[in-house]
Amino acid sequence: MADPTAASTVDPHGGHPADPSKRDMLELMATAGAAILGAAIVWPLVSSMNPAKDVLALSSVEVDLTPIQAGQGIVVSWQGKPIFVRHRTPEEIKSAKDVKPSELGDPQTDAARVKAGHDQWLVLVGICTHLGCIPLGNKPADVRGEFGGYFCPCHGSQYDTSGRIRKGPAPTNLAVPPYAFESDSKIKIG
Amino acid sequence: MAGLHKSDFANPVINWVDSRLPIFTMMQKEYGVFPTPKNFNYFWNFGALAMVCLMIMMLTGIFLAMYYQPNADLAFGSVQHIMRDVNYGWLMRYVHQNGASMFFIVTYIHIFRGLYYGSYKAPRELLWMLGVIILILMMATAFMGYVLPWGQMSYWGATVITNLFSAFPVVGKYIVTLLWGGFSVDQPTLNRFFALHYLLPFVLVGVIFLHVAALHIVGSNNPLGIDVKSPQDTVPFHPYYTIKDSVGVCVFLMIWAAFVCFMPNFLGDANNFIPANPLQTPADIVPEWYFLPYYAILRSVPNKLLGVCMMFGSLLVLFILPWLDTSRVRSARFRPIYRVVIWLWVISFVVLGICGAHKPEGIWVILSRVATLYYFAHFLVILPILGKIERPLPLPESISNPVVARSGAIAALVAIVFGLAAMQPARAEMAEPKMPEQKWSFDGVFGTVDMASAQRGFKVYSEVCAACHGMKFLHYRDLAGIGLSPEQIKGIAAAVTVPQGLNDAGEPKEGQGTPANQFRSPFQNDLAARAGNNGALPPDLSLIVNAREHGADYIYALMVGFGDAPKDFKMQDGMSFNMYFPGHQIAMPQPLHDGQVTFIDGSPSNIAQQAKDVVTFLYWASNPEETERKALGVRVVLYLGFMACLTYALKRKVWAAIH
Ligand code: FES
Repeated sequence: MADPTAASTVDPHGGHPADPSKRDMLELMATAGAAILGAAIVWPLVSSMNPAKDVLALSSVEVDLTPIQAGQGIVVSWQGKPIFVRHRTPEEIKSAKDVKPSELGDPQTDAARVKAGHDQWLVLVGICTHLGCIPLGNKPADVRGEFGGYFCPCHGSQYDTSGRIRKGPAPTNLAVPPYAFESDSKIKIG
Repeated sequence: MAGLHKSDFANPVINWVDSRLPIFTMMQKEYGVFPTPKNFNYFWNFGALAMVCLMIMMLTGIFLAMYYQPNADLAFGSVQHIMRDVNYGWLMRYVHQNGASMFFIVTYIHIFRGLYYGSYKAPRELLWMLGVIILILMMATAFMGYVLPWGQMSYWGATVITNLFSAFPVVGKYIVTLLWGGFSVDQPTLNRFFALHYLLPFVLVGVIFLHVAALHIVGSNNPLGIDVKSPQDTVPFHPYYTIKDSVGVCVFLMIWAAFVCFMPNFLGDANNFIPANPLQTPADIVPEWYFLPYYAILRSVPNKLLGVCMMFGSLLVLFILPWLDTSRVRSARFRPIYRVVIWLWVISFVVLGICGAHKPEGIWVILSRVATLYYFAHFLVILPILGKIERPLPLPESISNPVVARSGAIAALVAIVFGLAAMQPARAEMAEPKMPEQKWSFDGVFGTVDMASAQRGFKVYSEVCAACHGMKFLHYRDLAGIGLSPEQIKGIAAAVTVPQGLNDAGEPKEGQGTPANQFRSPFQNDLAARAGNNGALPPDLSLIVNAREHGADYIYALMVGFGDAPKDFKMQDGMSFNMYFPGHQIAMPQPLHDGQVTFIDGSPSNIAQQAKDVVTFLYWASNPEETERKALGVRVVLYLGFMACLTYALKRKVWAAIH
């Protein structure tokens, strides 16, 4: 706000204030005070752009698994995001388990990505970890890439039957949302 | 003249930029060394204060617009969403809402300064006229902004103001239809008002730029109203007036913050907490305080067209003021008669404001006519003649050599502020028994909602009121605000079945509630609610305390006011007698009875206790941010007070050599 030297250089009367050091001190405090004030005005405004309480209030969805045949998948919406729920075939499970984690870009075992005892159910956040497109592979007619999982049409990332990244620009595996089995045929996401 | 600008700045980066685009040189010239009369009093703060207002209004406005929905069905709810869910949403909203009032009070004082010290006279006529344009633009912006929350006052204010144009013969009704985009104020109106409310401030910025540019050509007026004669008469703008303005800004922000944090709805209208209803006009409709004087002028004339013309004329006359005032002397200090008549004009303006707040009956009609007459006579008759017959006092030789002492500018300022404060309407004086005033936990600056009472009140609401009244702006998660634990809230929500969208067959589906759900409404829709209640709609209670004048006391009185009708009182079928309900007949049967609700904490369950608790709960529901707001207010006001003292001390030091 105040340039500490300005007053003495531009004062037309050449009059010097009574006590320059005390004045410098006051100027410093006032400038600092004004800076704090400015920050205090900006902070709430910027903060208001963060998610509001209704968005933060975690919602959850329940998914009935009975109608999903082996080899099929559905998409449900959770927190505005597409969630892939896939009923894997025994071959798909096998190919997911047979990969050595050391061969992977983002090493993770298949067991770490499904719930124990529910190997056939793969639940994923259907958002490509590259730049956010929704990969193909959930519908029967979809392209599923070389690894039989998911294929992202935007820049060609390919995921395997466990949703792990195998090829292309995406850095990490498809995320697994928080979910739990309410019964053998029902899960609750979130 | 091509080539680089010769810059004097030592810093190479600044110098590089400045040589190509001399903004630093310009700032230095216009705000650094700009020679400014050295005898300003604090009235000269108000231009800077208005600028601060505009900046804060635009900032908060832009962020509010990120959440606001200009849709007739969603607008009211989106404002509640901002108030309840958005981070610091209540703060931005209340700053913006009270900011309109702050902007106007500052601008009115700024205008008064111009009138009192003759700042409109040559060579500053154009500067003044630009100022009048700014005022008119401000009014348009404020009016459209007031429509956006889409409450009852918003809606009916919009209806009345747009209908003003229907007074013009022949074209009037086409203009009104054009403004509305339909045949009543509705969705298209709201949508375009939002667009214009967002646009106009930027137009304002443009006109203000011209206003300031003109000021920097002709230079500032000063309390003596005489021209600057020598450099002795001036000081550089910085640091002398930057610091003096800073003092004013701190004090001003402190007042603004106090309104926002301690009485955010003092200047507002309870009716605007009721969503817009195109089928019912509120009983007492008044504009915002800053429009009251013009509203009074409008009503003082019995002829529609003439009234509208007078109202617009009261602003337009300001444009020709520089030529109506024939006196060559600027400052009222040296005009003994003008000094009196200008105060009379201020009084007439304030009286008009007070008249505008009252129903146009009896004394108020006469008063408003007299004041209107004086308002116009001052400009059109008195000023032209006065310049010819008044004998001004001798003017001082120069600003450095004044002959008179400084006048009590601050005292005058205080007088104006109090005058304007008196405009606050004494609304709706009911000729009814006086409500007993209760002591509430949330009264006063430090009062906060008593959580135990609010929790009991929630029990009363759930077991009694909720049978008929919804609270659609509340979510179960909000109950954390009255101190319920996450487990308690989960339990409360889980006990409720809520609609959960559609099932796979496309049919509506219901399921167990979660904390994220809205309070469940007892009725599917308003029609069902009317059908179940004798044709009367049980109002939503989310905002009920704010939606009634003295809401807490009123609802308490209503709860305890049931009884038998006096013998000679004629009751309609199905109605109940209530001492405090306007008209005494209420469709709601007595809701509270002794022992009806069992309080876990062992509080007595009589009607008075239940009423007190449920009102506390409803008060919290209307103002969930209250505790946070007041706590913030104490800190902000203290900090700004400290800053005001600090800048004042610095100002004394800076000015020590001049005084
Ligand atoms: S977003 Fe999927 S590959 Fe780029």
